[in-house]
Amino acid sequence: MLTNISNVLRTCAQRNGAAAVVSARTYSDFTTQATFEIKKCDVFKLDEAPATQVVMTRDEGLQYYRTMQTMRRMELKADQLYKQKIIRGFCHLYDGQEACAVGIEASINLKDHLITAYRAHGYTLTRGGTVKEIMAELTGRRGGIAKGKGGSMHMYCKNFYGGNGIVGAQVPLGAGVALACKYKGTDELCVCLYGDGAANQGQIFETYNMAALWKLPLIFICENNRYGMGTSVERAAASTDYFKRGEFIPGLRVDGMDILCVREATRFAADHCRSGKGPILMELQTYRYHGHSMSDPGVSYRTREEIQEVRSKSDPISLLKDRLLSNNMASVEELKEIDVEVRKEIEDAAQFATTDPEPPLDELCNHIFSNSPPVEVRGTNPWTKLKSLS
Amino acid sequence: MAASLRCFLRSGKRAVLVAVRRGIHSSSPAAVQVTVRDALNQAMDEELERDERVFLLGEEVAQYDGAYKVSRGLWKKYGDKRIIDTPISEMGFTGIAVGAAMAGLRPICEFMTFNFSMQAIDQVINSAAKTYYMSAGLQAVPIVFRGPNGSSAGVAAQHSQCFAAWYAHCPGLKVVSPWNSEDARGLLKAAIRDDNPVVFLENELMYGVPFEVSDESLSKDFTIPIGKAKVERQGSHITLVSHSRFVGHCLDAAAVLAKEGVDCEVINLRTIRPLDVECIEGSVMKTNHLVTVEGGWPQFGVGAEICARIMEGPAFNFLDAPVTRVTGVDIPMPYAKILEENSIPQVKDIIFSVKKTLNV
Repeated sequence: MLTNISNVLRTCAQRNGAAAVVSARTYSDFTTQATFEIKKCDVFKLDEAPATQVVMTRDEGLQYYRTMQTMRRMELKADQLYKQKIIRGFCHLYDGQEACAVGIEASINLKDHLITAYRAHGYTLTRGGTVKEIMAELTGRRGGIAKGKGGSMHMYCKNFYGGNGIVGAQVPLGAGVALACKYKGTDELCVCLYGDGAANQGQIFETYNMAALWKLPLIFICENNRYGMGTSVERAAASTDYFKRGEFIPGLRVDGMDILCVREATRFAADHCRSGKGPILMELQTYRYHGHSMSDPGVSYRTREEIQEVRSKSDPISLLKDRLLSNNMASVEELKEIDVEVRKEIEDAAQFATTDPEPPLDELCNHIFSNSPPVEVRGTNPWTKLKSLS
Repeated sequence: MAASLRCFLRSGKRAVLVAVRRGIHSSSPAAVQVTVRDALNQAMDEELERDERVFLLGEEVAQYDGAYKVSRGLWKKYGDKRIIDTPISEMGFTGIAVGAAMAGLRPICEFMTFNFSMQAIDQVINSAAKTYYMSAGLQAVPIVFRGPNGSSAGVAAQHSQCFAAWYAHCPGLKVVSPWNSEDARGLLKAAIRDDNPVVFLENELMYGVPFEVSDESLSKDFTIPIGKAKVERQGSHITLVSHSRFVGHCLDAAAVLAKEGVDCEVINLRTIRPLDVECIEGSVMKTNHLVTVEGGWPQFGVGAEICARIMEGPAFNFLDAPVTRVTGVDIPMPYAKILEENSIPQVKDIIFSVKKTLNV
């Protein structure tokens, strides 16, 4: 409401005090919720499917918009900083895939657990990390979420197990987390993500077997963005029906560019797990605008036309924005306001990330062991003896 | 007799022990003999009882009682939840164990032998060992990886490798290698209670060997500190350093050499990483001679590391001769008995090396 009043006042001011009759839009003008028809999921070994008529409230819509926009701008800022050589090493950007991270989190809660691979900045955000500490981790500063020790692929926070650099290794880890949930007797579940490239890893099939055998509360999610680095799915997989690869595990194929599809499918999957039925597999069909990493321009194995087509027809943020506007759930100004706030948040975070000092050298050897007395660590030569604290 | 010993030891009733002691001699205590297998079994049993978060997983650990019977009786006592039989999926179940540790449980992950850990070594190193550091202390991984390591008898090349050097190379891991029953018991309890990934290298040929154990070691809270070696035999002429089964070989060699007037000090490393360099240095500064003995291959091995560390420290100036390494032969393990026997250090090899080092 205050936003609307300020919009009105701003509009008045712009017209230099001329009597400007601007119809003031108050909150009561907006639809508080609306029902949307979403794409039906393809199902595998399931008698039911996620709902195709879903309700989204205005508040939810605005929150999803803000989070996705924050994620988008954060990744684009990371791109910028990488090109300025302020971020080094690996940097795998998530722009285009925002609906996946935000949609998943919308149907689980922070007591649930989540683990993903290296394209992890978005999940670090949805799991509770701040833009500031994510960016400072990318720039390797002491204010980073892992104090600068981890970098892009190794960010952690409560109930978020990274950020994992070895393709596919996170999948058995996720099953272990789910085992712990079941062992402790909670109704928590674990969401375990991997890409279309990782989907061919043997350890994932070992995990399918054990998760199904032991009925672990595990949601396997394959984020299929069509390319594993430079290899398209057709060149990598004998079967590209990733949602069926679990063989004896029920599966869903979901439009990963539509946040409501992702949210609804995750809700369905979470219910499945929490009712003790064991694991379930979701394939999210999504797309990354950037190349595999910052060292990949991303146009040698796909066309610019393809990228442009996805951007214009399926951009997750645009899809949501259109829904909000055409259903009178938000105003253009309101969304612009959010954009401005997000931009500021990112700028402030980038400012922090570029000015915060690097970690102190005397902390180089810390955090080797947990809960252990201080030990001596050999430096690069025999005379250099460094200290390691827990 | 053995069965009743096992019974009262498992239940921890020390009253019977006292009665036995009184019954036989009034002056000296009867020796309590425990095999390495039983020591490991009791240690796990006690830790499972003490902490609900502890559980065991691996191939055949539950209903089969363990491929080498180390987990005998545990499934019957604790059930499916705490003792978990896995399919033959090392990479998968090791990752599951590490994930469970990340989420707050305290798994014991058994490898049927450490040779199979190679299939899962990424999970041990990249997921377990490095995580506390990468997360700057946010994510601990309290896990024990255990199983038989090194050569056995007639199991040939793919089942006989020693992994001490491989795992001990990596920061973030603790690597432990017990020799006798007291070592096995104390170090396993310490490993399970440790909040960090511990690689626990057992030896199949030692499982059935009985050792006398002290009363103190039978206490439920008995632990041996990880990172501390033990001087098994005091001596003045030369230091022998070893781990696992070859500690016994060193003691046998020392007994023979004693008759010839050579007095050996024998150090049982107990822990490979962190290496107790001070113990070795202190001994070398006394004896001026050092021989390392291990079952693994020579190149880039435990002995090689000890040599390098001695050179870098104060003990170097006390050496009267270069350090000698006694190791397994630098070949894949052959099958035929005569070939296998000649592929690993024998007592006579240790005696020979001691005399060469002492130039006698």
